[in-house]
Amino acid sequence: MRLGRQQTIGAVIGFVGLFLLGYAAPNLTDESRSFSFERPPDPLSWTFSPGIVVATVGTVFALTAVLTFVDREDGRYQRIATITSGVLFLPLVVVVALALSDSSSTNVVQLIVESLRLGTPIALGAMAGLWCERSGVVNIGIEGMMLGSAGVGFLAYAVLGGANSVPWLWFAIGVAVLTGGLIAALHALMSVTFRVDQIISGVVVNLLALGVTGFLRSEVIVERGVTSGVPTSDFGFPLLGSIPVLGEQLFTGRPIFFSMFAIVFASWFVLFRTPFGLRIRSVGENPHAAETLGVDVVRTKYLAIIIGGCIAGLGGAWFSMESQGGFQDNMTNGAGFIALAALIFGKWRPWTAFAGAMLFGFTRALGSRLQILGVEVSTFEIPSEFWQSLPFVVTIVIVAGLIGRAIPPAAIGRPYERSR
Amino acid sequence: MSDLKTELRRSLDLQPVIVPILAIVAALVVGAGAILLIGNDPLEAYSALLRGMFGNGDRIAASLGRSTPFIGASLAVAFAFRAGLFNIGAEGQLLVGATAAAWVGTWAVTRELPGAVSIPVLLIAGIVASFVYGAIPGALKARTGAHEVIVTIMLNAIALLYVRWLVNSQDPLLLRDPASTVPRTATIEDSARLPEMVSSEPPLHLGFFIMVGLAILVWFVLQRTTFGFEVRTVGTNSAAARYAGINVGRTILLAMAISGAFAGLAGAGEISGTSGFLSPGVFINIGFDSIAIALLARANPFAIIPASILWGSMLSGAGLMQQEADLSIDAVRIIQALVLLFVAADVIVRTIFRIRRKEAGALETTALASGWGSQ
Repeated sequence: MRLGRQQTIGAVIGFVGLFLLGYAAPNLTDESRSFSFERPPDPLSWTFSPGIVVATVGTVFALTAVLTFVDREDGRYQRIATITSGVLFLPLVVVVALALSDSSSTNVVQLIVESLRLGTPIALGAMAGLWCERSGVVNIGIEGMMLGSAGVGFLAYAVLGGANSVPWLWFAIGVAVLTGGLIAALHALMSVTFRVDQIISGVVVNLLALGVTGFLRSEVIVERGVTSGVPTSDFGFPLLGSIPVLGEQLFTGRPIFFSMFAIVFASWFVLFRTPFGLRIRSVGENPHAAETLGVDVVRTKYLAIIIGGCIAGLGGAWFSMESQGGFQDNMTNGAGFIALAALIFGKWRPWTAFAGAMLFGFTRALGSRLQILGVEVSTFEIPSEFWQSLPFVVTIVIVAGLIGRAIPPAAIGRPYERSR
Repeated sequence: MSDLKTELRRSLDLQPVIVPILAIVAALVVGAGAILLIGNDPLEAYSALLRGMFGNGDRIAASLGRSTPFIGASLAVAFAFRAGLFNIGAEGQLLVGATAAAWVGTWAVTRELPGAVSIPVLLIAGIVASFVYGAIPGALKARTGAHEVIVTIMLNAIALLYVRWLVNSQDPLLLRDPASTVPRTATIEDSARLPEMVSSEPPLHLGFFIMVGLAILVWFVLQRTTFGFEVRTVGTNSAAARYAGINVGRTILLAMAISGAFAGLAGAGEISGTSGFLSPGVFINIGFDSIAIALLARANPFAIIPASILWGSMLSGAGLMQQEADLSIDAVRIIQALVLLFVAADVIVRTIFRIRRKEAGALETTALASGWGSQ
């Protein structure tokens, strides 16, 4: 039996399980805690005793740890064990935190809704990167594409529409999407036509977006005295909105959030199930072979990059028009880089990248929830910065522990020169 | 005779100097178009910017002072590039180094020691802290294959949050100066301050020359030592490096840690030379700008010095441009982006000015983006 990564993980899980069983469970409060599943006044809730829940989770951890050491050629048990403990880990954090805090109940629905909401721009940014990088072009300009379209979109809304009418809001979201596409076209022009190093091209996009939006904000948006506008709250899906528990909170007032699911699905479908997608991926893996088969490499790259840019543009619109209803300097605040991380995290595949984005959204929502609950470990109140760092720490642990090596598209980063 | 002529021409090859200068000119022309477009006078703006950058002795000193941290941080990014690694984490590493220096600088022991001891102690504290912080992504990459881009992005955010906690927290009181009303650390001891050459704003201090020395050292290490050869080999072709018997994992770990140490030195130098204390929210964007500078210099340690000075002085001169030409500081950001664009896209510049590319020069344009690849 080899002591590989799975066994190491198994050992860690086993220790955590024993710790939970032997130390954490008996020492937790005896009072019961509850999860509620709906907004008051009519809450559906599940009441439990933290000690028993933690003991149960600890037992499961200990059992899965044993599973990882059961040797099997195909490693199926190990995988089941890893996934089970991975899935159980975050609810465990919630239960323990709730037990350590003063409050006796937390609303799970809001936690889920908040995670999905916070994951939206990350998922859109990751899809933008997916399209671009699958065609063999590195995109570290996602941040700039999102920031630029957030700024220009809001500018269109504020200056043309006066920031108070719904039709102009839709128009402005359209402008944001087009701006994203336009910035991406610049990235394509530099990296494909002029064969500029693709990382440089992306950095140029980021710098330009930062400068131009800062400039537009101080010279135009602020001059006009418009700094905020109505968010997209009037918009609702009639049928989906009436789904019990989750429907109302998920499907009203969040058109960009909702279209994010459609975009993830469409990205997967087009890239992996259509000839066009196959062409894009072949250009990203081996452009010369693709060219031999009659694919117009340059045109394909341009298309993929610009489609990605439009998606990033929608992500930008989320910031200035769905989430905040306003534009501040550098308001994307690194979300584009997190999206890039989610893309690599997902190994350049749509569903896993989406999962990465949602994990990030969840840990962020969880962090801010726990911050509100005010968790104390033996009279030391855990500072808010610890909770805010949760998404980043969890990402590193998962990337290092479970994901490991990620293999990018083969021809990524290399400027394409037509074969003679 | 003709041999001599070609020999002369080769040694007088000014292309590596002329092309970037023409690129800057092209960027300024395009920038002028943008300034015209919004109804300002580009000549007035540029003249104010130029005077703000190098108008008199004080302004020159301020520009060099502003450039100082950029040299160290962009050397960090460049060094990682040479090992085929993309270090987005200079931002966080710089902050960690600065925090360590700000902490060590307030130790009472430092007061008793002469500057010749306390300054190095402070700088080394910054270097060691960031060496360790930089080693994290290196170790994870070498051991588990975790992509350094993800890990360094995450570590930037983590550094920002935890340093904010260290400086803000009142209960428990950690690094916060209890005497101050705003969250900041106590001012470091005078003996730990790097000597100032010119007290401009920001001052030109000894750190600038330390950074220039560092650039030379980096060049020497990369080009003249076995370790530098290993770093470059791993950077160009890690499979070949492994086949040649180089310990790729160890090289990646060390390269990343050393890269972090450079950024840490830049941060410690800022604490010791410029501010004297740490407050949350300082040093924002120095690490990200350094990526642009390292790219501007094509990861060449010598080219990093002029590139950093150009970058720092533009930021330093932007204030005067805003005052006199009533143009937002962000205009400088746009010009910086254009400079980077035209320097990188030398195809465009060469086409405009009709400079033919030499065949030998083609080798120099290595794709930095190869750092994306799996190793």
